[in-house]
Amino acid sequence: MEFSEHIKTANVEDVVLQQPLHPPSKGTLCITGHHLLFSDREDSGRQVLLLLRNIDAVEKSVENLLTYFGLFSNAGRSDRATESSGTIIIKCKDLRVIQLDIPGMEQCLNIAQSIETLSCLDCVVEMYPFFYRPPDASLKDQWGLSSSERYYTEMEELHERWRLTTVNQDYSVCPSYPPAVIVPRALGDDAIKKVAKFRQGRRFPVLCYYHRKNGMVILRSGQPLTGANRKRCIEDELLLQTVIEGSDKGYIIDTRSAQQAQQARMLGGGFESKSSYSQWKRLHRHMERGKPLQESLIKLVEACGDKSPSMDRWLSKLENSKWLSHVQTALSTAGLLAECVERDGHSVLVHGSEGTDSTLLISTLAQLIMDPSCRTLEGFLRLLEREFVEAGHPFQQRCSHSAFSHARLQQECPVFLLLLDCVWQLWCQFPLALGFSEALLLRLATEAYASDYGTFLCNSDKERCALQVKEKTHCLFRALLKPREREQYTNPLYEPNELAIWPSVHPQSLQLWKGFFLRWTSQTHHLELVQEEIRNMVIEWGKLALT
Amino acid sequence: MEHIRTPKVENVRLLDRSKGQRKATIGTLYLSATHSMFIENNPETRKETWVLHSMVSSVERLPATPAGSQLILRCKDFRIFQLLIQQEKDCCDVHTSLLRLSRPEKYSELYCLSFNPNINKEERQESWNFIDLMADYKRMGVPNNLWVASAANSEYQICETYPSELFIPKSATSSVIVGSSRFRSRGRFPALSYFHQDTLAAVCRCSQPLSGFSGRCQEDEMMLQAVMKSNPGSTYIYVVDTRPKLNAMANRAAGKGYENEDHYNNIKLHFIGIENIHVMRNSQQKIIDVGEMRSPSMTDFLWGLENSGWLKHIKAILDAGVFIAKAVADEGVSVLVHCSDGWDRTAQACSVASVLLDPFYRTIKGMMVLIERDWVSFGHKFSHRYAHLDGDPKEVSPVIDQFLECVWQLSQQFPCAFEFNECFLIAIHTHVYSCHFGTFLGNCQKERKEMRLHERSHSVWPQLWKDRADFTNPLYKAELSQCQGVLRPNTTPYCFKMWKGLYNHVERSTPPCQSPADFLSAMREESQQLEKELTNHQERITALTGKPIIWEKVEVKRRTRHIQQRHRGPDPPSTYAIPVSGPAQDPRSTGSNNQNAKGKDYALTLPLDQSVQVKHIKTDDFFNYSDLESGVGDLSSRSSSAGEEGKDPEMIDGLAFTTA
Repeated sequence: MEFSEHIKTANVEDVVLQQPLHPPSKGTLCITGHHLLFSDREDSGRQVLLLLRNIDAVEKSVENLLTYFGLFSNAGRSDRATESSGTIIIKCKDLRVIQLDIPGMEQCLNIAQSIETLSCLDCVVEMYPFFYRPPDASLKDQWGLSSSERYYTEMEELHERWRLTTVNQDYSVCPSYPPAVIVPRALGDDAIKKVAKFRQGRRFPVLCYYHRKNGMVILRSGQPLTGANRKRCIEDELLLQTVIEGSDKGYIIDTRSAQQAQQARMLGGGFESKSSYSQWKRLHRHMERGKPLQESLIKLVEACGDKSPSMDRWLSKLENSKWLSHVQTALSTAGLLAECVERDGHSVLVHGSEGTDSTLLISTLAQLIMDPSCRTLEGFLRLLEREFVEAGHPFQQRCSHSAFSHARLQQECPVFLLLLDCVWQLWCQFPLALGFSEALLLRLATEAYASDYGTFLCNSDKERCALQVKEKTHCLFRALLKPREREQYTNPLYEPNELAIWPSVHPQSLQLWKGFFLRWTSQTHHLELVQEEIRNMVIEWGKLALT
Repeated sequence: MEHIRTPKVENVRLLDRSKGQRKATIGTLYLSATHSMFIENNPETRKETWVLHSMVSSVERLPATPAGSQLILRCKDFRIFQLLIQQEKDCCDVHTSLLRLSRPEKYSELYCLSFNPNINKEERQESWNFIDLMADYKRMGVPNNLWVASAANSEYQICETYPSELFIPKSATSSVIVGSSRFRSRGRFPALSYFHQDTLAAVCRCSQPLSGFSGRCQEDEMMLQAVMKSNPGSTYIYVVDTRPKLNAMANRAAGKGYENEDHYNNIKLHFIGIENIHVMRNSQQKIIDVGEMRSPSMTDFLWGLENSGWLKHIKAILDAGVFIAKAVADEGVSVLVHCSDGWDRTAQACSVASVLLDPFYRTIKGMMVLIERDWVSFGHKFSHRYAHLDGDPKEVSPVIDQFLECVWQLSQQFPCAFEFNECFLIAIHTHVYSCHFGTFLGNCQKERKEMRLHERSHSVWPQLWKDRADFTNPLYKAELSQCQGVLRPNTTPYCFKMWKGLYNHVERSTPPCQSPADFLSAMREESQQLEKELTNHQERITALTGKPIIWEKVEVKRRTRHIQQRHRGPDPPSTYAIPVSGPAQDPRSTGSNNQNAKGKDYALTLPLDQSVQVKHIKTDDFFNYSDLESGVGDLSSRSSSAGEEGKDPEMIDGLAFTTA
């Protein structure tokens, strides 16, 4: 609990800060339990406040100039130690790279050590959100925007065939699900408990989307635990059967290839076989997950940082990173899901293996494609809260490190970042259809990795509940909707549009998300100005329409 | 007409592949002396497709099948048409006719000279005066005490491919000019391209010196000295050889080469490494292939892009422009640019530098002036490079394509800095190839004069100017700080992307299904309208009451009705079993009245016949809407690429997204 034991040197004067898009500046560096603070000496107004949690990697190099001066100067130096200096390069999770030139070798090493230790503390309750107290908010304020309960209450059409179950009230049935989820009315809680035992992570199929236009639904779950000897679960089969009652069939989108699904059986997992689930058609789409996805991000960020002027080298590195291929696959699988529901008029169950990563990714994207109410600023944040945070995407594991970290990869995986990238592609293809701005996506991309708020802490609702996250921290989504913040996160060009927005997944239609991956270059700066210009134009036009 | 064997073929199936069309339409094909026309049988639409013969780059006949014989027409603006003709004989006739018609042997066969527009003489002559190069030289501040007009080439006596009016350093005497021109390839001696008033530095252009391994020429050395002297205060000039150094060295063996720094005082030689026209021709073919790939994976696409080398070449040209602009604006040093003959890479480098240096060239009018100066007047071989006549295929190369693409890449980096939009660049591109107007005919000014083009044809510029509303970039803000003065682009490889608007018509007409630019244009139009109405009302009320009134603020609803038609999302997938739905199936798509320049196809329309043009705008409208459907089709083709899944016996079939 004591941060001070990690801080040997709290203040250093005459530090030179070099950060992208700014000239170098000299000032005072200060380290606290959660922040790195730099104040410019000349320009007193300029400060840089960096959350230590945002730091992905620290590289230090010290240089002892003692011998150098000993050779060339005969005059004895009174304080030789000050001749030594060090450089710390800080690589952030938001892809910013900053350099600190610190006089004094010891100070430099102390600072580097403090940063290394403090940025990696993994005790959640010691993290900054538990200390952050903005003046304009109270801990008593309502937390969150959405939940399955609320979704259920609002969707009256659902009530006839679906019910809200509190079987998971104390997280005993499924540790990664929220306390209340939506299940078919035809099944009792005892049956649900049996189904839970048959699904990986006990993630039994729950409703996550109801398509008002035709009454079709999207369900998501973990993989069925059929194993090598093709175990069955009558309740599971019954559950799915009741979902498609009155319809000729349903689709199961498995985010693994058919081969991977076969292999999963050897490890106790599996898929819904044709014989047991005769009305369901399985579609396999191979989506990359886990380590390869994290490595893809690392390669792409490395390519973006490459200063080489060779076009061939850039294109081959871009290709080699495979990031855009992952974007393409995610969007086309989501498009497939939306096509099944909207065009083909059938209900769909989505799962991969755990059902906490690619499953959530495509169900979220598909909802954005089909459902106009998800496309407003508030609607989008609600969707994220319901489909990612509450649905149990393990943010803490997935976002503990980003592309620069030297630490050994564990559970890190940029699923959420991939989602934001896909949303950005949609935003580019339909600049008028989404009510939020690119700035929102960038903010979310940063907040997921390091935040003042508690929203992305922990891996599940259960963990958040145990640590009282909702009582002791503030909610990011609520903060983003405050009038002061809100303006920059809305899209001035937004025009509500009832139709589905079908993305093109042709390689030529997909682009590198420069706003994020090249955020700290002048290139992106120009494009930000354009967004500002558009905003101004729309405001001007609005004024005129008012006169 | 003697080349047309069958003027009319019925029951032809046409597939406009470049528009992403998947289902052929049936209609009648007509061949005229200038166009191929296809008129749909469907009585409701009667859609017409016109293809100018000079836009056809190749006609390929596939082996006959029971259904008929197929012709594939590839156009110079990268559109592709597939024609299925029932009778093999008809197909053969059409093929033979098109082969001949698409390769005119004489200028007089070209559209702009064979078509006699119903228009008066004054208007035609006026069209040629629309762009006044001398006025532009005056705008940049020449003639002055450093640069003077020279009459040396007034009758093209010194250099056949140069214009008659040129600006040269004041201290260069006529003997120096003559001497220098003898020492330069094709007599193309150093002349002024752009004068930068702020720094008094200049961009000059010429061809390579005929130096061989050790040759030198006193007059040429004096000429370069004169160029330097015309920039007071500077002690050297840059000589930019835009070729790869190896190529330049190889030229020495043929008695040509580059300036020997020992012979010239105060020059700094700099090689850029833009490849020659043959490399560029092959590279463009590869990028066209990339654009035509039907459902490539991301890997295929990026590999194809890299393998084509196209973006690498674009970057090299932009780098040349950046180098010149930096030298002139930042160092205040004059630059002499050359390649081999000084009419391809030199034109590219000089004109890119001008765009970077002077905001005027980023306006619609300015771009016209620039092309007229650095390309048309300085003897870029339009007719050879763009295959206006049947000739040596080795002379053909997409030189101006690359310049236009450099400008486009810049406009992507600086979206507020250009007055024109992508459509303007594409329209220029089309006209360079189409021979619709006389502007780009021939290979140099002398040739054009001999052809009496001003008497026999029209200039393209007034026509484009007339349509400038379609070409205006709503984001253009001349007063924005980043748009003023010298443009400093980033040329890191990640700043370049494929120009899908030019190379891929499918993607041009599908996403982004909504364009902020269209929205903003509509918005601006509307606000102007509102402003006008407001003033009118105010005036009327003042007139009626005799006193000015105070306005109450009333909320006026956004008149999005007319905007929405333009900007709504794609149609709901009503016809999901049939990938391409006809426009008639969606009542909402009819009655759309507005269409931006994307839809207006310059190659297809007759220039001066209003009625035909209107018709085309309408039909293209339909196309745009039906294309939205094919955007969805994309999803399907993509998902089928996952090969292994296909083996799963439980895979469904019959769904659009699972069938390849």
